[in-house]
Amino acid sequence: MQENPQQMTQIRWYGRGGQGAITAAKVVAEATFKSGYGGVVMAPTFGTERRGAPVSTSLKISREKIYDLSPIRFPDIVVVLDYLILNEVDVTVGLKPGGLLIINSPRPLSDHQFPDFRVAVANVTKLGIEAGLRKGIVNSGIIGALGKAGGLVDIEMLSECIAAEFVGRKPQENAKAAQLVYAATQICEPSTGAANA
Amino acid sequence: MSKKLIDSGNNAAAMAVQLAEAEVIAAYPITPQTPLTEKLSEVIAAGKMDAEYVAVESEHSALAVCIGAASAGSRAFTATSSNGLLYMSEQLHWAAGSRLPLVMCVVNRGIGAPWSVWNDHQDAMSQRDAGWIQIFAKDHQEIVDMTLKAFRLAELVHIPVMVNYDGYYLSHTYMPFELPEAKAVQEFLPPYDYAHTLDPEKPESLNTVTLPYARLDINGVKRPGYMDIRHNLHQEMRLAMEVWEEIDADYAQRFGRGGAPILDPYCCDDADFVVVAMGSIANQFHVVVDRLREEEGLKVGVLALQIYRPFPTAKIAEALQNAKGVMVYEKGLSYGNQGALYADLKSALYPYPNRPQLHNFIVGLGGRDIPTEDLFQTLKTACLNGDRNSPEQADTPQWIGLQL
Repeated sequence: MQENPQQMTQIRWYGRGGQGAITAAKVVAEATFKSGYGGVVMAPTFGTERRGAPVSTSLKISREKIYDLSPIRFPDIVVVLDYLILNEVDVTVGLKPGGLLIINSPRPLSDHQFPDFRVAVANVTKLGIEAGLRKGIVNSGIIGALGKAGGLVDIEMLSECIAAEFVGRKPQENAKAAQLVYAATQICEPSTGAANA
Repeated sequence: MSKKLIDSGNNAAAMAVQLAEAEVIAAYPITPQTPLTEKLSEVIAAGKMDAEYVAVESEHSALAVCIGAASAGSRAFTATSSNGLLYMSEQLHWAAGSRLPLVMCVVNRGIGAPWSVWNDHQDAMSQRDAGWIQIFAKDHQEIVDMTLKAFRLAELVHIPVMVNYDGYYLSHTYMPFELPEAKAVQEFLPPYDYAHTLDPEKPESLNTVTLPYARLDINGVKRPGYMDIRHNLHQEMRLAMEVWEEIDADYAQRFGRGGAPILDPYCCDDADFVVVAMGSIANQFHVVVDRLREEEGLKVGVLALQIYRPFPTAKIAEALQNAKGVMVYEKGLSYGNQGALYADLKSALYPYPNRPQLHNFIVGLGGRDIPTEDLFQTLKTACLNGDRNSPEQADTPQWIGLQL
């Protein structure tokens, strides 16, 4: 963070086309803006996406207005909506040492070894179903993991913004998914190897 | 009450058009403009905006419908990008020649072939000489404010206005902005009142074959020939600059934002080196300027050009009188010569005593990444070594980020 004069938090999101990573980033953008961050820029990266192919989006958060809209090169946080993307894309490229990697995964935290980073894992897919969502809806749930491990915005504001985004599309269930994930997210500090949650 | 919100640039534009109470919207969807016109058709269908949405079969027809609507006395709006803008090119000239006060958002995108959906400024540049006023927004707030001001400008000077904003960088990016209150906008932008509204009770002959020479009309009044009409368009476009400044001052008084309608300088007061750029990249340079001042002790500034046509010839030349070096970064070029903005700037400086060293950088064509680090390095090098080049070298555009 000391490299960054604006004290900006930069979050890069990975999902699959159709999975809703952009919507998730949008919800967090809205929640941070409502929480008093004056500089919020959510910039999707547009390529030749197909449904199912990995896609990414950038979210920059700062107290002050953000002037640089270029894609994030050195994220503080990386959010991965599907752990299998880890096999296809080097998601941690540019992630600052000690940076946070959030993964939706059915596997235990110990299966995701990244000694240089804080790793947060939750089974967002399973918890989404428990919250009453159709199987595969993970973009609301993953926000709960970011709320827990990222510490930028409180879960109440995130829940409120999720419910507003998903109006007419199970708003309460989507908010609940995030709350269940918030409670279930396990975090491993860099190089310690021990879960503390 | 104005409200602060966070949304995409396309939605910001749509909200501004809604606030401007455009009465006819005709558009054909094209990436990255599509969400703007989708939003407008949505609010019209939902009864939240009292306007006619005409879903046309092409961009040529989109502007033709707007020309018809404005001729009939309605406030009309369209939007497009890239090849869509080129497809309406003939109508662009027609709208300007007819002196119809249309407003169009151009969501800037590279031109095919080969196809690119990504950002550069070649679409707007290619229509530079169509007789439209061209303004460039740097962020969502400017998209809103410029669009509202554009309607008033167009209707005061009877010249159509193109509001340009960068595809994806602005169109699809979510950013905070403030939206003025509807009532306050109504006071700022009175209803469109067109002196030559088509009216069967008051027939007029408009835009017929116009002879090369001036002649008397049926009432014995001398009427301009084609060349005189062109001269008037040019002169009145030059004068539109002052009107634009007045509108900006009025807008600033009402809404608290403005003060840089033509040139928006950042750290230029004491600057030895000044970057000139248009659109969102000018904002990206804020970060570069801060770093070069802090880390290298270089006195650098960035001058954002807010209005490209009419070109603020004297204003920009005067603003650069104390600079040793001027670096033009642009997302388009005139093939076989140089960047269009660079050439314009060079021409503007020629009559002035101080002609700083000029550098031309071509950047980000077809969405090629523009890493801030590349801007930092190229600008730093130009500041430190800029005067070592031969005149010909110095005058040759440098391409940033080529992957040949």
